[in-house]
Amino acid sequence: MRPQVSEFISGIKAVLPILIGVIPFGMIYGVLALDAGMLPVQAQAMSSIVFAGSSQFIATQLIGNSVFGFVIVFTIAVVNLRHLLYSASIAPYFINLSKKWEFFLAYFLTDEAYAVAIAHFRKLEKDLEAFNPGERIPKILNDRYTYKNFYYLGAGFGLWSIWQISTAAGIFLGAIIPESWSLDFTLALTLIALVVPTFDDRASLMAALVAGLISVFAYALPYKIGLVAAAFVGITVGVILKKRL
Amino acid sequence: MNLWLIMIIAGAITYGLRLSFILLVGDREIPGDIKTGLYFVPPAVLTAIILPEVLYSGDELQLNFGNFRLIASIIAVLVAWKTKSPILTVAIGMIVLWVLLAFFV
Repeated sequence: MRPQVSEFISGIKAVLPILIGVIPFGMIYGVLALDAGMLPVQAQAMSSIVFAGSSQFIATQLIGNSVFGFVIVFTIAVVNLRHLLYSASIAPYFINLSKKWEFFLAYFLTDEAYAVAIAHFRKLEKDLEAFNPGERIPKILNDRYTYKNFYYLGAGFGLWSIWQISTAAGIFLGAIIPESWSLDFTLALTLIALVVPTFDDRASLMAALVAGLISVFAYALPYKIGLVAAAFVGITVGVILKKRL
Repeated sequence: MNLWLIMIIAGAITYGLRLSFILLVGDREIPGDIKTGLYFVPPAVLTAIILPEVLYSGDELQLNFGNFRLIASIIAVLVAWKTKSPILTVAIGMIVLWVLLAFFV
């Protein structure tokens, strides 16, 4: 198999556990969008035009309450601010790509695709660092690093497809997965599996703890602004600790 | 404002946020402090997403053992720490949650 294809498939596989959790979310979004008075075609289109779950949820609420258009746009923008951080964090891994690829890949930069890809990229880097300069790096590892954009694309495209399908299911069938199955919890669990290996030094652990606590206490703030504030303070704490060590 | 127009503007902004640094960074070297900062983005942002998700039920903070998702999450953290396997972490976390729900609800 060509390395591009096998990396693409690895990316899809890596995002699979998350997809289980995304399905009920997509369906609930579809149901809420219709309840808010959106046309089926609009509800579906939003899932590919905006393609950002939590902001779509909040948007349906605002649309249902006939809030002013610019307020809806503003809210979606603020809720999606964290994507700036993802963009900055993942950018160094895409520097060798053409502009065309960069424009294409940016579309798939969701929480889930980011979490899966960055965990993979960092692990690859660690594996590569284990080799001494001049030592021969196995072809398979080299290929995995060279074609890591295909891994990301697999994760992003897998998520995108399921988001579209589950939105459609919500629109046409309603939420057919009972809430009592708690499948939405697989989302948090997958993120736990991806974040825990990043606690590889004291600074990272402290950055995570500070960000987590602030996010919990600022949870009531509108626009998910607490999340962005928490991330910035956590990152700053990490940088300060790293410098002092 | 027309709903289509709202969607297109909001979608363009969201896409712009995603594209921003990927496009800007190009092949320039990133300054040291920012590079250090970026290293902490995954632990900080992902933890900030997960923790409220697990600790809140609706608008209420549930810091007690009646919060089954919290118990399942603590076990999931241990599994992730030991195995580094997403599949095992998700599987064991879900089983713990289902068992708790089956026996205590």
